[in-house]
Amino acid sequence: MTSDLVLTGISKRFGAQNAVQQIDLTVPAGAFFALLGPSGCGKTTTLRMIAGLEEPSTGTIRLGEQEITGLRPYKRPVNTVFQNYALFPHLDIFENVAFGLRRRGVKDFKPKVTEMLDLVELGAFGKRRPAQLSGGQQQRVALARALINQPQVLLLDEPLGALDLKLRRQMQIELKRIQTEVGITFVHVTHDQEEAMTMADTIAVMNGGAIEQLGTPAELYDLPATTFVANFLGQSNLLRATIIGRAEQNLIVDVQGRKVTVPLPRCRVTEGDVWMGIRPEKVFLSRAGTEQSNGVNQLRGAVVTDVSYVGVSTQYLVKLSWDQELTVFEQNTGARGTLAVGDQVDLHWQPAHTFVLDAQQDALAGVEDIDDSGGAG
Amino acid sequence: MSAVGQLGATTATPAPPSEPKSGRRLTAYLLLLPGGLFLLLFFVIPLVTLLAASLYDPNGSIENGFSMTWHWQNFIDTMSDYARPFGRSLWYALLTTAICLLLGYPLAYAIAIKSGRWKNLMLALVIAPFFTSFLIRTLSWKLLLSDNGFVVDALKWLHILGPDGRLLATTSAVVTGLTYNFLPFMVLPLYASLERIDKRLLEAGGDLFAGPFTTFRKITLPLSMPGVIAGTLLTFIPAAGDYINAQLLGTPKQRMIGNDIQRLFAAGAYPTAAALSVTLMAAIVVLVLIYIRRAGTEDLV
Ligand SMILES: Nc1ncnc2c1ncn2[C@@H]1O[C@H](COP(=O)(O)OP(=O)(O)OP(=O)(O)O)[C@@H](O)[C@H]1O
Ligand SMILES: [Mg+2]
Repeated sequence: MTSDLVLTGISKRFGAQNAVQQIDLTVPAGAFFALLGPSGCGKTTTLRMIAGLEEPSTGTIRLGEQEITGLRPYKRPVNTVFQNYALFPHLDIFENVAFGLRRRGVKDFKPKVTEMLDLVELGAFGKRRPAQLSGGQQQRVALARALINQPQVLLLDEPLGALDLKLRRQMQIELKRIQTEVGITFVHVTHDQEEAMTMADTIAVMNGGAIEQLGTPAELYDLPATTFVANFLGQSNLLRATIIGRAEQNLIVDVQGRKVTVPLPRCRVTEGDVWMGIRPEKVFLSRAGTEQSNGVNQLRGAVVTDVSYVGVSTQYLVKLSWDQELTVFEQNTGARGTLAVGDQVDLHWQPAHTFVLDAQQDALAGVEDIDDSGGAG
Repeated sequence: MSAVGQLGATTATPAPPSEPKSGRRLTAYLLLLPGGLFLLLFFVIPLVTLLAASLYDPNGSIENGFSMTWHWQNFIDTMSDYARPFGRSLWYALLTTAICLLLGYPLAYAIAIKSGRWKNLMLALVIAPFFTSFLIRTLSWKLLLSDNGFVVDALKWLHILGPDGRLLATTSAVVTGLTYNFLPFMVLPLYASLERIDKRLLEAGGDLFAGPFTTFRKITLPLSMPGVIAGTLLTFIPAAGDYINAQLLGTPKQRMIGNDIQRLFAAGAYPTAAALSVTLMAAIVVLVLIYIRRAGTEDLV
């Protein structure tokens, strides 16, 4: 019944501003797809073009075999859960949910509405007005109002943005459950990387109107394609390095005079200056000189400059000999003693966890957004 | 238009808020004081005087004075003598309100939803007539509709004018004048309530399979009902009490109740004039109450 949603060469200009630039995107039928990016990167604009509320400046949108680029919104088999819910204030909850079915002239909609209200656990609220519901309940009404039409694609524009953290976690699980149950394609817009990672099968990371990278949460986290993705999804340590040679399926990288190996498929560039990246939890700290090198990458002679104990793990800042500070997370397994500020340490990590990015990119791209999206993923 | 001002005041009478704290209550009363005094002086006292005058002995005169005889017969007499202009007033007011709504709704809709950067200019144009006096504007309508005016010429040329070939001194002229004069009172409240509608609700309607017309019928119109009610009241009430338009643009055949009240007061027939005023006021209050009850709106603007 559902079919793939395909965007080809989609752009949107508002006057002189390019809100969306040349997006190519395929959302497989039945997927839970997340559009992730910082504020103003064009997520809402992309969603509105899929819904038909905004006309693309260039490009086409197809749903399976059918081209829907120029179709009026009310003719598209697509429904939206709006960012601010946009519930009809003059209609009660039952009528809000029944709205789409009535417009399509569906007979016998009452049991369907009742069933849908039960699905979102609002069975007893049918007679209330939207203003008489809490934020979380309104959110579920908005979801029910869109879902009941069994669209081929359900668009969700930051549907959880207005909820507090606890309710948000609860609704994330709920949404995921409902999506699995109904099997409809969900395109979920969010700027919360944790939300995108926990809910989506596939994530498209957007920045400045373009898609930076597309993949499963694990793929994006494990092997980011750009410094923006490396910093926006979780946290990364990026070190200035130069590629100096090749050994079988590995590249040899020089980091301030020390040699590090990186598997070839994990390198976005294969020569010249690069960023060498490593996730904080992939680094293993040892007291200086206590561990031997056996095929892992190493940086010796660092000093611990900060220790933050966060329960399940301890977060260290270590300063390298050239004064750059790296972040390291160590699990508090209890097997090893903790380190203190001032301790001399060595850093070890697997070549298979290392990645190499283009040195042209800004090492700090996407960094600021980490704070408001809840830290590392 | 005396009844009009008074009726407006009735609806605006502020209800004292029930605050628990006595300090706050005192402040509230202090704030109410100037308005309350004003209402007492210019509303309650004249109203009582008017009610009293309507029960005076109709045989008195200004020279000899009127005596209070609780002459309820005044109401019956005036109703039988003035039923026609009375009915005509309500009918003209109804016509005016209907035409104002038909003209004003699309205008207000265009200004509120479609005008973009022309919004302020269009609003200013709606208000612009208020910069000249009501009287002058109605007088210019008299010129405009006069027998030698270009409007009459044009209509004659098109052969769509009545047998006597006149526009002035017809019902159409009076209703046109009323419509012209009260249109802003319809447009402004309509604009205010349309403007307040969240445009995303209209998008949501489109998203949920409602075409433009259905979206209007199911979302825009119900959400603008407070404006429709306020606008119709603000048009109907003053139009029912108006006499300027009938006097300047009509003939005795288009006489409205306001004309009679004005003439009777001028002639010194206070009891009859007062009885007519009270009846008009009561009729309007009853009509308005029924209307509001029917429209079922608790959140009148
Ligand atoms: N109607 C419009 N007219 C002009 N510019 C617009 C319009 N809509 C969006 N933009 C611009 O396009 C860019 C992308 O906007 P968009 O709403 O898609 O961002 P977003 O990714 O949804 O951001 P947020 O997370 O804050 O909702 C922004 O810079 C915005 O200012
Ligand atoms: Mg947005």
